[in-house]
Amino acid sequence: MTRRGSWKRALVPALPMLWLGALFLAPFAIIVRMSLSTAATAQPPYRPVFDLAAGWDRLRGDLGALDLANFATLFGDSLYVASLWSSLKLAGLATVILLLIGYPLALALSRLPPRWKPLGLALVILPFWTSFLIRVYAWIGILRPEGYLNTALLWLSVVDEPVAFLNTDFAIVLGLVYAYLPFMALPLFAAVDRLDPSLMEAAQDLGAPRWKAFWLVMLPLSLPGAVAGALLVFIPAVGEVVVPDLLGGSDTLMIGRTLWSEFFSNRDWPLASALAIMLLAALLPPILIYRAVEARRWETAR
Amino acid sequence: MSRRRFGAWDATVLSLVFAFLYIPILIVVLFSFNASRLVTVWAGFSTRWYAALPGNGPLMEAAFITLRIGLASALAATLLGTLAAISLTRLGPFRFKGLLAGMVYAPLVMPEIITGLSLLLLFVAIGLDRGFWTIVLAHATFSTCFVAVVVQARLVTLDRSLEEAARDLGCTAPMAFIKVTLPLISTSVLAGFLLALTLSLDDLVIASFVSGPGATTLPMRIYGQARLGVTPEINAICSVLIGLVTVGVIAASLLVKRDLGRQLRS
Repeated sequence: MTRRGSWKRALVPALPMLWLGALFLAPFAIIVRMSLSTAATAQPPYRPVFDLAAGWDRLRGDLGALDLANFATLFGDSLYVASLWSSLKLAGLATVILLLIGYPLALALSRLPPRWKPLGLALVILPFWTSFLIRVYAWIGILRPEGYLNTALLWLSVVDEPVAFLNTDFAIVLGLVYAYLPFMALPLFAAVDRLDPSLMEAAQDLGAPRWKAFWLVMLPLSLPGAVAGALLVFIPAVGEVVVPDLLGGSDTLMIGRTLWSEFFSNRDWPLASALAIMLLAALLPPILIYRAVEARRWETAR
Repeated sequence: MSRRRFGAWDATVLSLVFAFLYIPILIVVLFSFNASRLVTVWAGFSTRWYAALPGNGPLMEAAFITLRIGLASALAATLLGTLAAISLTRLGPFRFKGLLAGMVYAPLVMPEIITGLSLLLLFVAIGLDRGFWTIVLAHATFSTCFVAVVVQARLVTLDRSLEEAARDLGCTAPMAFIKVTLPLISTSVLAGFLLALTLSLDDLVIASFVSGPGATTLPMRIYGQARLGVTPEINAICSVLIGLVTVGVIAASLLVKRDLGRQLRS
């Protein structure tokens, strides 16, 4: 590449970099600052408010007013730790169920005749293009006490009285599995579809039963796709708001919903920010693993 | 032993998964045509809930705002995301490349609630009035990353020798890009735009944080009503949206198919 016009070339990465730096990276510094502040019934609803024009002494006093009180609250009140723990459990359970659905689904898709493969894939992707909100909403009508599922079960005399499906942890996991299925299916399909089928055949020719061939050949070779899919589901699911709010009960604890109500109902911006940092700290390891896995997947795709 | 064919087991798996995926959506569409206000009891076919939609002022206003936000943010995201994709695949090593890659990938998995809260705090800190434009800025930011990934995927598989040939024949680098590469990746850029548009039209969580008075989006309206329960009006508006998306996706996939066919022929 020539040196000539290199400043013009620098503009190409500079534009997205400045944008994402200002609107994605910089706000994290503001979250940290907010998490060290104190909620106040004022406009804006927190103290201290930095005012550079008020002079250095005032600013120093305001800086001194920042403290870790919100984090003491988070770890002192069992509600917050419990809601993080319960989010990790529910998201983890949904991820495991999705892996169990995802593998047979990906294998079935990869075995479709070439003519039908695009259609099969499109049918898996299509719900992803439909509004997330609508797809979660659809389950309210099904799971309600007087909903379609209970009506069907009563009619079939499977149960004598309506079962409480809605507003339970079961409904949340079901909603997560339903909403995130495409995110698991696509990376898994990509990993399974590019495998040479003769590898599985070789294992079976050498006497391995089908489950053993899967366990020893298919699983290790498709692991990057499975890990990518699992993290693509798990990370957003931990912070999910809509699913627990519409399908979960009033006593359901999920950290996204807890943060949401601290912010919107209690107007406690500093505590909500401290919760966001706690959530982010819990999700940082999976985010970094996801980044590493994706980088390697790009390398092998090249 | 021959390659394992698509068998009864695979057919069962696919039928069950597709039933699981589509039955809930079909129920919403079906009961949007129910004459009764009681959503569980079928009382005959009717389009009365659809007929009532245009008269619902707040709903139509929300739909119009949502569409404008979607178009504005998707345009910005397509430009920024394409630039980011070019930077990551075509410019060779440059300073902060790792940082840019990180900023493109992190928002893809970042929980919306963190993105929403952080953007709101930013807008408050710099004194920006919340409303239409803050939602556009927020949506353009996360959509940029999705566009970047879609376009990057195409650029990675593209044969570089085409661009090099153009350079050898005397094209400058930007010219070679515009004349040779851009037409080849145009389908991906369009796909990125449609993805950005869809993400913006769908978003509830981030918009709730950064929206202000007078800028209530359609998902915010639907959510407000959905929390109170299932009604035929929501079923109807949801069915309209599902119909639009289905038509859009089919049109887009036909477009891609035509484009692929053209590439294969040439």
